Amino acid sequence: MLFKLSFKNIRKSFKDYMIYFLTLILGVAIFYVFNALDSQQAMLAVSSSTKGIMKLMVSMLSGVSVGVAFVLGFLIIYANNFLIKRRKKEFAVYMTLGMGKSGVSKILFGETVMIGCISLGIGLLIGVFASQFMSILVAKMFEADMTAFVFTVSGDAVIKTMIYFGIMYLIVILFNTAMLSKYQLIDLLHAKRKVEKSRLKNSYFAVLVFLLASLFLSYAYYSVTIDYSRLSESKIMIMIGIGCVTTYLIFWSLSGFLLKLVQKAGRVYLRGLNAFILRQLNSNVNTSVFSMTIICLLFFVTICVLSAGFSVTSSLKKQLTALTPVDINIYKSLDWPEEGHTPEQIEDSGLSVSETLDRLGIDKELFKEDWVETTIYAAPEYTVEKFLGTFAEKAAAKFPRMIFSTVEDIMGISEYNMLAERYGLPVYTLEEGKYIELCDFDDIAAIRNEALLAGTKVEIGNYTLEPQYTECQYGFVNISNLHSNSGITLVPDEVIEAELGKALGREKSFFAADYRAETREGKAKAEETILSIDGTQMAEAGLECDLDAMSKIAIYESSIGLATIATFIAIYLGIIFLIAGAALLALKELSESADNKERYQILHKIGVDKKMQNHALLWQMGIFFGFPMFLAVIHSIFGIQFAQNVLSVMYRKEDMIDMILVTAAILVLIYGIYFIATYTGCKRIIEER
Amino acid sequence: MADEILQVRHIEKYYGSKGNLTKAINDLSFAVERGEYVGIMGASGSGKTTLLNCISTIDKVTSGSIRVGGMEITNLKGSLLNRFRREDLGFIFQDFNLLDTMTAYENIALALSIQKKNAKEINQKVMEIAGQLGIVEILGKYPYQMSGGQKQRVAAARAVITKPKLVLADEPTGALDSKAARMLLQSMEYLNRDLDTTILMVTHDAFTASYANRIIFIKDGQVFTELLKEAGEARKTFFNRIIDVVTLLGGELQDVV
Repeated sequence: MLFKLSFKNIRKSFKDYMIYFLTLILGVAIFYVFNALDSQQAMLAVSSSTKGIMKLMVSMLSGVSVGVAFVLGFLIIYANNFLIKRRKKEFAVYMTLGMGKSGVSKILFGETVMIGCISLGIGLLIGVFASQFMSILVAKMFEADMTAFVFTVSGDAVIKTMIYFGIMYLIVILFNTAMLSKYQLIDLLHAKRKVEKSRLKNSYFAVLVFLLASLFLSYAYYSVTIDYSRLSESKIMIMIGIGCVTTYLIFWSLSGFLLKLVQKAGRVYLRGLNAFILRQLNSNVNTSVFSMTIICLLFFVTICVLSAGFSVTSSLKKQLTALTPVDINIYKSLDWPEEGHTPEQIEDSGLSVSETLDRLGIDKELFKEDWVETTIYAAPEYTVEKFLGTFAEKAAAKFPRMIFSTVEDIMGISEYNMLAERYGLPVYTLEEGKYIELCDFDDIAAIRNEALLAGTKVEIGNYTLEPQYTECQYGFVNISNLHSNSGITLVPDEVIEAELGKALGREKSFFAADYRAETREGKAKAEETILSIDGTQMAEAGLECDLDAMSKIAIYESSIGLATIATFIAIYLGIIFLIAGAALLALKELSESADNKERYQILHKIGVDKKMQNHALLWQMGIFFGFPMFLAVIHSIFGIQFAQNVLSVMYRKEDMIDMILVTAAILVLIYGIYFIATYTGCKRIIEER
Repeated sequence: MADEILQVRHIEKYYGSKGNLTKAINDLSFAVERGEYVGIMGASGSGKTTLLNCISTIDKVTSGSIRVGGMEITNLKGSLLNRFRREDLGFIFQDFNLLDTMTAYENIALALSIQKKNAKEINQKVMEIAGQLGIVEILGKYPYQMSGGQKQRVAAARAVITKPKLVLADEPTGALDSKAARMLLQSMEYLNRDLDTTILMVTHDAFTASYANRIIFIKDGQVFTELLKEAGEARKTFFNRIIDVVTLLGGELQDVV
């Protein structure tokens, strides 16, 4: 009998529970999707070395899930409390009819169980389908082979989701019982809305606060973007603090400010329902300054984290293709000094990479025949400090950890061109008596450019070379995950010929090649041969030297893997925060709708037609929902710029736009669903007479 | 009469279904002339509130005709209905129905701004009516800062600022103490006498009713009798005549003053 009542209650108040349901279902679905990642087909298809990174990701995600469960748990309890409060009258009726508190508890218990089952069921269903899409996304990110698509359901994740949410529902039940036992029948019967003391503020004061807050916020914006170079770590914290406080103050003073503003423009204020809308807003916003602030900041963090997370992976992938034109680089330092080394070591240090490989008995057939070997030279006198000259001090301020006594890498122009041709990079022609500086590390290039513009001369032995270009040119030698070439000086071949052994020494032997194998497995096998070279193998070949290697596969796996983990966690947390924020706003607005109902009914009585009423409601809700978003977007514009400045050492700027759009789309979709659900919910409450 | 603002002809209002029919109004007819101040009295359940709801188009009659200013309103729909309510009627409710988020000024101005009047005109009219009803000094206050009587006078100002054909007052003194009630009734009297506002007031309070010029008594959904205040008649004697009728109604108006 009681169960029947529970069931009827749910069916009857389904629309009241819409936001609650929505939040539960979305929560369950997202929880499932991120916990089911490991059993997705994409995971099974990736290479074994990537699997390690995936394992790491899965375990990190499940760790984060505990935190997520807490956020969702609080949200669910909050939402539940809100709904229970709305139903005080109903409980009072049950109790006046002689039903005990235990009876009411049982009804609530039944309701929670039913809501739990329904939301779990629908949420898991959506989650299972969504995770198939997720699988495709994962496959793309990790470049897994997904030729045969199989529909998978993760039993573990289903059970885990059920346990976590089961616990949450259990807590909800306990809360309900505790809350009910506190209530007195008389309170329940007279549970009409408490008249919220309108905390009306002096409008002029609000205007003042608003302007001051905007001023401080602008200062913070300025500090983290334009004045970025003067930021210290403690100053960043202060700016974040200013950002939070001003956000609160702006919401606190917003409605007062708007009101004063529109009132001053009297004509607009007294047109139609404008005055009413502003007043509604004033009373709504005033009672929810804190939640709006939290929501705004959550959005801000979400937008920044999501867009940064997306950007990092997408820009990485684009960059990696360009930065790794060959499968492997092998290098070896040449011509060790006599001091501190045995004669054997010095002798072996004269061998180039290919000679060393020959001595090790590694067949060159492993590589395609278009492999390239070059030598990098250095002049002991020609250091970074020397090149930068008077600009060295400035550089030191910007890069405190840069070592200025390092010798600059020097290459002969024709040797470099050979490599560049192999890499598909631009080749250069050197005029007589000139040099070209190659550098693609933006920040260092900027400093070098100043030196080049000043016409810095390079002296090597008897040669004095002038810069051919006033800017660094694009090019690199080492394959890498970043634009990390901090400087290579290209000189005429005759300089190398004439000065080798005098002012110039051989620094490094450099070998670049593609594997002959075409398949993933073949490449992995070839790589194994190279990377497994160790001291014992060297000793067996009678060699006393070392080889270093950097491979495309290793670069891909390390950089994409970590960035992907970061992205996934960012997406996961971002969406959860977004849901939490949107649900809070929605509940806040719904809880006001009892008051709103009366006000709109008055409008109805004095002859405001339905169209105008809906229009007013839409505006009211739109501003209420829109403003935290709006401020968060403004925050983000500056926040993302700041993030770009921080990340610029690593990532190129233009890649971020796409990702910001993707982020915006996700945000707008979820937020939009909540907005529509709230608007229709409020409209319904207002319209029921 | 040529200048009848309100004509109610043979209206009926039934509630319930076939087997269980309640006749809230049963063949009721009367008329109100321009500039009249008419009171409607009756016990609870006599149908007076239903009648007011029907006239104010909040409720619909089962049959019969209601004309306001010559326009049939029983079959008005949608925007025409709202327009009628907005432009031709003014309301004074027992529980004031002021918007708690807005100041007195804004509450009064709202009635005009939803008619899309321009700001200058609105301001001028609000100040004018506030002066006439003695509420200028509370224009900047919110409803929760006002006394009941002040609220009701603000509501009255809102009701008449649009110069409606007919002002409907539903137990306007119901939530007021006697001093506030007296002040409000004097204000309404002023609106009627000096501003030519036509008022139809529903009440069960004989004292309140005695401010009207004519009283229509309703019993069981029908007109029971009518009393007309004679020219120069003191309100006190009119009040006594009302009490007589109330007594005649068989003590069914138990909660008279």
